[in-house]
Amino acid sequence: MRIFSLFILTILLNVNFAGAAGSKIDIPKYDWSWKGFFGTYDRSAAQRGLKVYKEVCSGCHSMNLIAYRNLADLGFSEQQIKAIASESLVEDGPNEDGDMFEREAIPSDRFANPYPNDNAARAANNGAYPPDLSLIVKARPKGADYIHSLLLGYKDTPTDFKVPEGMWYNKYMEGHLIAMPAPLMDGAVEYDDGTEPTLEQLSSDVTTFLAWAAEPSLEHRKRLGIKVLLFLIALFILTYISKEKIWRDIKH
Amino acid sequence: MSENNKPRRDFIKLASMTLGGVGAASLVVPFISTMQPGKDALALASTEIDLSPIPEGQSLTVIWRGKPVFIKHRMTDEIQSAKEINLDDLIDIQDDSARVLQDKWLVVLGVCTHLGCVPLGQKTTDNKGDFGGWFCPCHGSHYDTSGRIRKGPAPKNLEVPPYVFLTDNRIKIG
Amino acid sequence: MSSNDPHGYKKTLSSPYSGVKGWIDSRLPLIRMMEAEYLKFPVPKSLNYFWSFGGIAMFCLIGLILSGIFLGMHYKPSAEDAFNSVERIMRDVQFGWLVRYLHMNLASFFFIAVYIHIFRALYFGSYKAPRELVFIFGMLMFLLMMGTAFLGYTLPWGQMSYWGATVITNLFSAIPVVGDAILLTLLGDFTVSDATVNRFYVLHWLLAFAIVGLVVFHVITLHMTGSNNPSGMEPQNWDETLSFHPYMTIKDTKAMVLFFIVVAFVLFFFPNIMGHSDNYIRANSMVTPAHIVPEWYFLPFYAILRAIPDKLGGVLAMFGSIAVLFILPWLDTSKVRSCLYRPIWRICVLLFALDFFILMYMGAKPASDIYVLISRIGTAYWFLFFLVLAPLVGYLETPRQPLTISNFLRDKKALT
Repeated sequence: MRIFSLFILTILLNVNFAGAAGSKIDIPKYDWSWKGFFGTYDRSAAQRGLKVYKEVCSGCHSMNLIAYRNLADLGFSEQQIKAIASESLVEDGPNEDGDMFEREAIPSDRFANPYPNDNAARAANNGAYPPDLSLIVKARPKGADYIHSLLLGYKDTPTDFKVPEGMWYNKYMEGHLIAMPAPLMDGAVEYDDGTEPTLEQLSSDVTTFLAWAAEPSLEHRKRLGIKVLLFLIALFILTYISKEKIWRDIKH
Repeated sequence: MSENNKPRRDFIKLASMTLGGVGAASLVVPFISTMQPGKDALALASTEIDLSPIPEGQSLTVIWRGKPVFIKHRMTDEIQSAKEINLDDLIDIQDDSARVLQDKWLVVLGVCTHLGCVPLGQKTTDNKGDFGGWFCPCHGSHYDTSGRIRKGPAPKNLEVPPYVFLTDNRIKIG
Repeated sequence: MSSNDPHGYKKTLSSPYSGVKGWIDSRLPLIRMMEAEYLKFPVPKSLNYFWSFGGIAMFCLIGLILSGIFLGMHYKPSAEDAFNSVERIMRDVQFGWLVRYLHMNLASFFFIAVYIHIFRALYFGSYKAPRELVFIFGMLMFLLMMGTAFLGYTLPWGQMSYWGATVITNLFSAIPVVGDAILLTLLGDFTVSDATVNRFYVLHWLLAFAIVGLVVFHVITLHMTGSNNPSGMEPQNWDETLSFHPYMTIKDTKAMVLFFIVVAFVLFFFPNIMGHSDNYIRANSMVTPAHIVPEWYFLPFYAILRAIPDKLGGVLAMFGSIAVLFILPWLDTSKVRSCLYRPIWRICVLLFALDFFILMYMGAKPASDIYVLISRIGTAYWFLFFLVLAPLVGYLETPRQPLTISNFLRDKKALT
C-alpha cells in the first residue's frame, strides 16, 4: 500500500513537466475574477475591455474566432450587438452581378479583420505579424497574467540595454524586445461608465475581455464541474460503504 | 446483528446502483446535445430581407435555414383569386388571411409538402401549374396563389415560416 | 442425439437457462460466457487496488471512443479547416467544449492508468509464465496507444501538433536507404500537410479500434490463466479465491469512482494543465516554437531519443526501449513472481520506476549538457535493467519462499 500511494503521488506530480521548462522572467500573479471554483468573468470589466479592443487593439489585431453574437455572453442586448456589429464593414458576395461588395456587419458575422490577409498585416507592421487575439490568453504560458504584465511592461529601458530600430523594450517579453509599441496609456480610451481609464485599468479590462474570448465556456464548465464533483463524491461514499458491507464477511 | 444488517446493505446497494445509473444516463445529455445544431447554425436561424426591390407580380427566393423561402409580391387579381374561392374545395382547408400578414406579400417555404422538392413558379417563365401559383415537377402537385395545395399528391399547403414585418418594406424570417 | 454427434460437440447447444434467455443463449452463448467470465470467475482473494487499473484503463478507452465519435461528427481533417473546426466545437457546438476536453484529458488519464497497470505487472511479476501472452498483448496495446495518441495530437492542427508530427515522422528518415521514401509515403507530401492530417485522422480511428480488438485478446488470455496477485502464488483451493462479482466489481467500482473524481477535477477546473499553450496557435509551417516538447506521456522515450548523439542510434534506442519489454518474460530468469520475496530485484524495479520519472523530467528539459548526461545515465539503466539485471538477478538472488495466498493474507493482517 505504501508503494501504491507513493507511485500514484509521483505520477500525478510529474504529469505537468511541459510547463516546468519556462522562461526565467518572473510574471506577477494577479487576482482575476474568473479564478477559483466559482469564478465568473466580470461583465462590466469585459464590456469595457471590448471598448479598449475596438478602439486600440483592433487597428492591427484580428479576432477571427469571435462573432458579434457572442457578445451576448457579456451582457450586451440584441440591439446593442446589432449596433456594435454595424460599426464595421465586412466583405460579402458575390451578388447577382458576380461582384463582391461591402456591407455592414450583422450579429452572425465574425469580428471584421483589420487587414485583408496575413501578408498585408505583416507589411503594415514592419514585417512583424500582429497575432490574432481570439485565443491569445490560452496560447501563452501564464495566460492572463502574462498579457496584463506585457501591457504594463513598457518600462524605462535599462541604460545598458540596446534597443534596435523598430523594437521596444518590454520588461516581460521574452528577450525584453517587442515589435509592438506601447498600445495603452492613461486615458487612451474614454469609458462610458465613468471608470477612471488608468493604464492599469485599461490593461486589466482588455485582459478580462480577451480571457473571455479565449474560453467562453469557462463559467458553464465550472458550474457543471461543481455538480459533477458533488455527484461523484456522493457516489464514492456509497460505493465505499457498499464495498465494506460486501467484503465484511470475507476472512482476510 | 446480521439480520439488522441485511436491509441496510440492500438499501445501500440500491442507492449506489441508482446513483450510478443516473450518472451514466446523464452522460447521454452532453453527447446527444453535440449532435444538435450548433450556436453558429442557430444564429443564422433568422434572416432579414428588404422587400423594396421586388416589383409587383414578381417573386424572390431567399435562403433561411438552408431552405428556399418564396416571397411573392402578389398582384390584385392574384390576391382576389386567393380570397374568393370556396374553402370546401381545398385539400388542406385554410383561409388566405391565415397565411399572410399583409395581402400584398406571401411568404412560404419553397418546399413541396409531398416529398421535399422545390416547386417551380418563381420565374415568370416557369410553369405555375393550373392555379397560377407553383407547380412541383417531381410528382405534379399544383399550388395556388396562396401557396395552398389544390391538385396532386401533396397533403398540405406550403408552410408559412414564422416572420414579422420590421417596417413596411422589411421582414425578418425566423 | 448422440448418434449423429460423435464428439459431443453439440452438447454446447444446451443452455443452462430457459425461456427467452435460454433460446438466445443456446444459439449465442454470450450470456453463459459473461456469467462464467464476469460473474462467477474466480480471482485470488489477495488482490490489492493496483489490480483495479486494468478496468479503469478499459473505461478510459470506452470514454475516449465515445467522445471521439461525437467529436468526429464535427471535426474536419484538413489543413485549412482543422484548427477552426476544433474551435467551433469549443465555442458553437452545444457541450462541444465538454466532449473535447473529455477526449483531451482522458487520453492523458488513459496513459496514467496504463502506466500504473504496467508498473503493477513489473512489480508483482505478472508477465511471467503462464501469463506471457497476456503481457505481450498488453504491450502491443501500449504501442498502438502511443501511435493513436501521436496521430490524435496532430489533429487539432496547432503549433505543437504540427511540429510534433514533423519531428516524429522525421524519425523514419533515419532508416538507411529507404528512410526518405518511407517519410514521403507517410506524409503524402514533402512536409506535414493537408494530405497528412487527412490520413492521420483515418489512422487515428483505425488504431483506436485495433486497441479495442486487442483488449479482447488481452482478456481472453487473462481468463485462461486467471489473475496474478501480490503473493505471486497461484490459488491452492477455492477458499483462496472470490467470485468476480460482487467482490471485484464493487472494489473496482470504488477505485474507478475515485479515479474519475480526479479526472473530473482536472477536466472541469484545469482542463489545459496537461497540454501546451502553443497548441492554441494555429499551425505555421514557417515558424517553429522555441521549445518543442511532446505530450508528457512520451517524455521518457523522447529523453531516450535525445540521449543518443546519433540520429539512427537515437531512433533505435527509442524503439528498442519498448521492444525489450516484449521479451521481458524470457529475460527474467527467476521463478518467483512477486517483488515482495525478491529483495534485490525489488530494488531494481523501484529504481526502474524512478528512472522512468527522471527520464520524463529530462524529456521536458532543453537538450543541454547536464540534462543530456542525466538522460544518458537514465537510458543506460533502462537497458541494463532489462538486458542485464533481469537475467542476472534471477540467477544470483536468493528469493524468500513466497507465501500461499492464505498465509499472505494472515501475515498482512498481523501487520495491521
